[in-house]
Amino acid sequence: MNAFISFVKKECIHILRDVRTMMIVLLIPVILTLLFGFAISTEINDISVAVVVNKYTPDVRRDISALEQNPYISYSGIIEEHDIDAVLRSGKCAAVVMFGRDGKRNVVLDASNSSLSASAGSYITAILNNDKPMPLPIATYMRHNPQLKSAYNFVPGIIGLIFILICALMTCVSVVREKEMGTMETLLVSPIRPVLVVLAKMVPYLCISLVNLATILLLSHYVLEMPIHGNLPTLLGLCVLYILLSLTLGLLVSTLAQTQMVALLICAMVMMMPMMMLSGMLFPLENLPPVLKQITYVIPARWFNEAIRKVMVEGMGITGIWKEFSILLAMTIALFAASIKKFNDRLE
Amino acid sequence: MADTIISVSGLTKQFGAFVAVDHISFDVYRGEIFGFLGANGAGKTTAMRMLCGLSYPTAGTGTVAGFDIRSQGELIKRNIGYMSQRFSLYDDLTVKENIELYGGIYGMAHKELSERVDELLQRLQFIEHKDDLVSSLPLGWKQKLAFMVATVHSPEIVFLDEPTGGVDPITRRQFWDLIKATAAEGTTIFVTTHYMDEAEFCDRISMMVDGKIRALDSPSNLRQQFNAQNMEQVFYRLAREAQRTE
Repeated sequence: MNAFISFVKKECIHILRDVRTMMIVLLIPVILTLLFGFAISTEINDISVAVVVNKYTPDVRRDISALEQNPYISYSGIIEEHDIDAVLRSGKCAAVVMFGRDGKRNVVLDASNSSLSASAGSYITAILNNDKPMPLPIATYMRHNPQLKSAYNFVPGIIGLIFILICALMTCVSVVREKEMGTMETLLVSPIRPVLVVLAKMVPYLCISLVNLATILLLSHYVLEMPIHGNLPTLLGLCVLYILLSLTLGLLVSTLAQTQMVALLICAMVMMMPMMMLSGMLFPLENLPPVLKQITYVIPARWFNEAIRKVMVEGMGITGIWKEFSILLAMTIALFAASIKKFNDRLE
Repeated sequence: MADTIISVSGLTKQFGAFVAVDHISFDVYRGEIFGFLGANGAGKTTAMRMLCGLSYPTAGTGTVAGFDIRSQGELIKRNIGYMSQRFSLYDDLTVKENIELYGGIYGMAHKELSERVDELLQRLQFIEHKDDLVSSLPLGWKQKLAFMVATVHSPEIVFLDEPTGGVDPITRRQFWDLIKATAAEGTTIFVTTHYMDEAEFCDRISMMVDGKIRALDSPSNLRQQFNAQNMEQVFYRLAREAQRTE
């Protein structure tokens, strides 16, 4: 136990003395959260909409005032039908709603930004069909995220990404650095058990990750207005489990990599890329080709994203995510067993 | 000198068809400086790894500090010190923190450790540098510190793996003074080296060629046996027979 404490102390000194890296590690979550929350956005926010009116009816007036009053749409007035193309092309409006003589309504969208226009289309349709006794042709209901806020999608993704980045990558590099420096050899000759070396390395990164978790949750709740509908203990439990999983993933990579360069490459290419592509963070899992869909089952972030969305957005408790939770738990245990075994194997 | 601290017989390590260490047998006595010499690739490191409990022998038996190298590796680790050619110090820790870390790893109690740290710092005349980062020390100092760190838990044997690489002759000389002083206190020193002038400082020397020990005796006896002026000539005569290349 004495040995373990001196080792944890040493790991903390490493991190605290390397101020630059520590700042990066603490600031990355803030930057990524804000970047994904604000800059990279496919959500409806301040979409300018014009209307073309061929015949005024009470229905038409009600629809127009619904558009006018909606906080996420900026209503830019009535235009002539032959101006639609010019208005869209010039970028003055992203969408035009046409009210026909027969009472039919059409939405014309500037589809140069496909994902934005798709969500704008469904959003406008939703507004127009609101409060109608008989919803007209397209009836789309968007639950949980009627504004199609991208933060709802990205925040869970970012949490998944950041923990892989910080826990897996940092732990991994820190183990491999000892191999490169030759200090690992001395540790292996010493009576300290390899498991303890490994655990001691995890402790400070676990602490940093918890700080990051708090930062991300506070930022996304208060700045990005992401709801936390589920109960907090479930959410935190899920996140801590995922942090542990990331740490063990880092350890496994560190047993494979001999240099820091290789460790970085493995973490970036083999872990981060598939994670971003196949976890449902950027692309919906439902749209993936069958082969890739099979692959997503082994990607921890996929299960984490699903579970955290259920907890944060849909407000489910532990009973709602038991499947994802147990899959993540099983993965953690398997990875830990594998890396401890690999670690011991090195002794021949 | 009958008190043997390392005793090895028929020790062999095979990697597939390649026999890295081929049935070596020798004894090391308590308190002596034992030089373990050989060209690169002769099998020195592999043999040393087996003695330190890092590698499991393919065949043969041996004891280190009274413990069996096959079954009591963990007990051996408690009773030996090890200094690698890369010094194994943490650059971003201070002199004192490095010593304390290894003391902690070897399970030393707090009081005992702080006394030992003071003692070692005093011996190295490092007191006023105890809070300096290791990265700011000259190479020669790092080397001495690494040796002190390897002996922090007062082990019975210290294994030194090419400890003097890359330092100037004067520093090397000082380092050997340190080694001799430690040996004089009863600690056994097991050292591998490339420098034949250093071999002269050893009480006894073994020469490894192609995985086998070809000669084992005191430096003066070896010179006589091979009819040589110095250890360098002894080494050349033996190494010329080597079949293996790196």
